[in-house]
Amino acid sequence: MHPILKLVAERLALGVLLLFAASALIFGLTEILPGDAAQAILGQSATPESLANLREEMGLNRPAVTRYVEWLGGIVTGDMGVALTNKLPIGEQIARRMSSTLFLAFWAAIISVPLAILLGLIAVRFQNRWPDKLISGITLASISLPEFMIAYILVFFFAVKLFWAPSFASVSPGMPLLDQLHAISLPVAVLTMVVLAHMMRMTRAAILNVMQSAYIETAELKGLTTFKVIYRHAFPNAIAPIVNVVMINLAYLVVGVVVVEVVFAYPGMGQYLVDAVVKRDVPVVLACGVIFAAVYIILNIVADVVSILANPRLRHPK
Amino acid sequence: MTTPLLKVRGLKIGATVYPPGEKPHDIEIVHGVDFDVEAGKVLGLIGESGAGKSTIGLASMAYGRGGVKLTAGSVEVNGRDVLKAPLKDIRKLRGAEVTYVSQSAAASFNPAKQIMEQVIEASVGQGKFSKAKAQARAVELFTKLGLPDPDTIGNRYPHQVSGGQLQRCMTALALCPEPDLVVFDEPTTALDVTTQIDVLKAIKDAIRDTGVAALYITHDLAVVAQVSDHIMVLRHGEKVEYGTTDQIINTPQEEYTKALVSVRSIEHEEKQPTEPVLRVENITARYKGTNFDVLHDVSVDISPGQTLAVVGESGSGKSTLARVITGLLPPTAGKITFAGRTLSPDLPSRSIEDMRELQMIYQMADTAMNPRQTVGTIIGRPLEFYFGLKGAEKQKRIQELLDEIELGQGFQDRYPAELSGGQKQRVCIARALAAKPKLIICDEVTSALDPLVADGILKLLLDLQRIEDVAYLFITHDLATVRAISDSIAVMYQGKVQRYGTKSEVLTPPFDDYTDLLLSSVPEMKLGWLEDVIANRKMESAGN
Repeated sequence: MHPILKLVAERLALGVLLLFAASALIFGLTEILPGDAAQAILGQSATPESLANLREEMGLNRPAVTRYVEWLGGIVTGDMGVALTNKLPIGEQIARRMSSTLFLAFWAAIISVPLAILLGLIAVRFQNRWPDKLISGITLASISLPEFMIAYILVFFFAVKLFWAPSFASVSPGMPLLDQLHAISLPVAVLTMVVLAHMMRMTRAAILNVMQSAYIETAELKGLTTFKVIYRHAFPNAIAPIVNVVMINLAYLVVGVVVVEVVFAYPGMGQYLVDAVVKRDVPVVLACGVIFAAVYIILNIVADVVSILANPRLRHPK
Repeated sequence: MTTPLLKVRGLKIGATVYPPGEKPHDIEIVHGVDFDVEAGKVLGLIGESGAGKSTIGLASMAYGRGGVKLTAGSVEVNGRDVLKAPLKDIRKLRGAEVTYVSQSAAASFNPAKQIMEQVIEASVGQGKFSKAKAQARAVELFTKLGLPDPDTIGNRYPHQVSGGQLQRCMTALALCPEPDLVVFDEPTTALDVTTQIDVLKAIKDAIRDTGVAALYITHDLAVVAQVSDHIMVLRHGEKVEYGTTDQIINTPQEEYTKALVSVRSIEHEEKQPTEPVLRVENITARYKGTNFDVLHDVSVDISPGQTLAVVGESGSGKSTLARVITGLLPPTAGKITFAGRTLSPDLPSRSIEDMRELQMIYQMADTAMNPRQTVGTIIGRPLEFYFGLKGAEKQKRIQELLDEIELGQGFQDRYPAELSGGQKQRVCIARALAAKPKLIICDEVTSALDPLVADGILKLLLDLQRIEDVAYLFITHDLATVRAISDSIAVMYQGKVQRYGTKSEVLTPPFDDYTDLLLSSVPEMKLGWLEDVIANRKMESAGN
């Protein structure tokens, strides 16, 4: 078998294993929390008898391992259970929420990833000169401010003062794409600013590291322009670390958008999770937790695989 | 008289240095050098490291490595001063009129791109040839340089060809755009001696056939004597002597040149073997996770106070042998007896006494010392550890050791970064001696040093051997070193001891084919040596 296939298969198997471990961890943690679903449904005024009855009815008295296996079996077959609060199937809810979140994350990624890499390349080209310092300054400032702060500043200027964009990102299914994009323009801008610095600085550092190599000197002595040297000779050798950071940030765009979704009242996964936590809707929390874990693991596997593919020694063995 | 292709006048080169504990300041590393290279001629630049030879070579492409600045003078290529030319014009010159071959092709090829793409990049990028024409020319050059599968080797990635092959590819890269001048910067130094000779021949033929002019930079006078028409000897950024190759080799005028020509003047009388201090018997070893033996049935002895030289190419197993003896790699079979007792195969189960009596000195003195410790601390550590010395007693012993390695007062408080390469290696020797060992394993200890400095280290090691009666296992690929210091020799080839005996036995014919190849491949300071040797070979060199 080609060594690459073997490595990729190893990574995938490891990912599946990790996902099981994560699901067990999430389940275990919700078990530790004080109170359970029965308590949450009946509220403070519940009598011990009614609690016991409800627990019996919901099967909460059975051992945790049995319930975990049942729950896991459901998830593997695509059945995530029913929300406690509104009795709706969680799967459908999540499908809708997830598509909203992915829509937002997709546009934030489309803008931020190429922009971060381009800015990183420019920063290398003008290393320690004003464009580099300007790029570093702005991106560092934007990562240093809390997300909600950036969000409110943008809302203040672009929604309240200039009326360029709505302060609430309400998107409905029938809207034309352009209107949808207009609606989410501010949250996308906030997310872009939040993830930009990390990716841009890693691009800069990884390429600068490669720029010390002897083959960069060879390229310069071929009479190539500095920018050609950077993107033809340095960038291909810096892909692996860059991809890793890009993937971590993409995962953040899906998993870490809670604050932004709340600020802009955007109906995504973040909001859904926050609501569920507030209402002690344990099955929903569990489902969201597993999905977030899966997103992280999948994106990291992608990063690993891309790093492997980017290595010519693995791609073309002797 | 025609205008020379390259005309350098009053060239001064400076750099900013950042010494530890001082403010950064500018220094001058080349102090006004003049020379010409005529079209189609080869000028050899020779000198020790720090002489400024690479810096001068790169100056012909208006390139300063790192923080190097070309501060004064003129460098005219085809009648145009490249130091005054704008960057746009310099880029047109680089990779078209003047090209460069570096010491380490392995590092100078981009690992992520195929060889062909890199070989033709300059020709196509500079608009000299179309892609198809450049590729055809590259294949032609691959053939001329004796590369295997010239039609397809360009499709490989750099890691898929050997070091010697890659060095030829680098030469093809430099010759592809039909330049007027090629700067060869130590192109064969990193290669094994048997590989070097083939690459050297390939380069020489390529220079002759294409009629290109060349600057050939090296520290090895014997090598440059084979390829150049003229030689310029450099020292500390100044010209020492300039002349035809014949003049420099046969009738050098300056003292420094004479020293370079007659380097390795050490006379060492061979001692006869006695009851051995170290006996290696039938050692076979392999690395974990591999399925082949790196050492096969190796047996050698070392007598007390004598030197066994282990010689061979890279990959022949000489350093692995050292790892087995020190216990870093337990062998799969065989036995090691040291000072009358059987050594346990792995390091953790050896006694402190075993460790004390068996010390090591490494090739890279730089990486073998903690840069944050002073010389005194570095040498004092084994004194504390093995003998429990403290305070004034320890200080006295440190000073004695420093005197032994010919470094005087004031070195105790210095950091490794404040020492020259030779001084660093001396400190490593003192550290090994501090343990009062019976045997020191010296792994390529002079390979990273300039010839004259290496000579000093070898003399020191021999003196210390006389005084301390310590035995050396001397691992090297350099046969001149072997001749200079050994009492007995083991020639290793592909993990086996090919030839073993006292120095005179091993170096006296008749030779086996491999030993013959190895011995005949050592460059000699003689015009026409290269052609003679290639013509008289019995065996092709492996792995190039």
